[in-house]
Amino acid sequence: MFRAAVIRFPGSNCDQDVLQAAARAGADAYYVWHQDTDLRAADAVLLPGGFSFGDYLRSGAIARFSPVMQAVQRHAEAGGLVLGICNGFQVLCEAGLLPGALMRNARLTFASRPVTLRVERTTTAFTSAYRVGQLIRMPVAHGDGRYTADAATLRRLEDEGQVVVRYATAADNPNGSAADIAGICNASGTVVGLMPHPDRAADPLLGNTDGLGFFTSMLAAVPAGGVR
Amino acid sequence: MTFHVHVRVMPRAGLLDPQGQAVETALHALGFSGASEVRIGRSITFGLRAASAEDATAKARQMCDKLLANPVTEDFELRVEEA
Repeated sequence: MFRAAVIRFPGSNCDQDVLQAAARAGADAYYVWHQDTDLRAADAVLLPGGFSFGDYLRSGAIARFSPVMQAVQRHAEAGGLVLGICNGFQVLCEAGLLPGALMRNARLTFASRPVTLRVERTTTAFTSAYRVGQLIRMPVAHGDGRYTADAATLRRLEDEGQVVVRYATAADNPNGSAADIAGICNASGTVVGLMPHPDRAADPLLGNTDGLGFFTSMLAAVPAGGVR
Repeated sequence: MTFHVHVRVMPRAGLLDPQGQAVETALHALGFSGASEVRIGRSITFGLRAASAEDATAKARQMCDKLLANPVTEDFELRVEEA
């Protein structure tokens, strides 16, 4: 069975949402505490949203040095799947597993509302369930979501097709992110990070399952029995 | 020897600093119309045991590179003094 490790840092608060979304998609999902160093043979590592370490210094800056992150680094380098949502995306950028950084929202407000995204790349471990150009809707909830990178990095992301999802219109861009970028991936598409919350749009009870595809995609990305 | 380290971290020039903009607007509203280019960073101080000032500076620089500043968005300045 596909195994999904949901990492819990002090201050994570979407860990249950992510665990349930992964389970709904059919994964054997379980928590791993940030001080653990064993991912327990995970096929995918899921870094949830929240405010790890109170967002002290910079969002994700301290979580990035938690003991578990060395295991996450090794997992990613070995081609293992990693998804970072919101604070999880910030941690991945701070850890250097994804390029760029997430800065204070341009309008300083904490953005908490549904936005429309356009799927730009479907050849990733987490977006194969979608079509290129598909419009999907899910909530954002963050204060530090303005994606920023130097000009060369932004060009490379565009040239190599590493922009995974984009805010569909300028009005959907809640934070002033460069090129309306909402989520990116590494070169191979195995590590994905995004600010919007697919985990909060993965349960029919909530009236929107547009995000469930992120979790069903990961199961399709690993053949039965895993790739480890 | 113990040294006193002062690190000043600032958002990189050219990057949008919405906090600085908001404070500038507030200063103008208070009548300080001459205020311009307000930028907001952070100041970090700590004591550091090291063999020499050079050693302390090198260690503090490593701390900035690894944790205290984000190389993508921030620049830092260091001041190291004998405590």
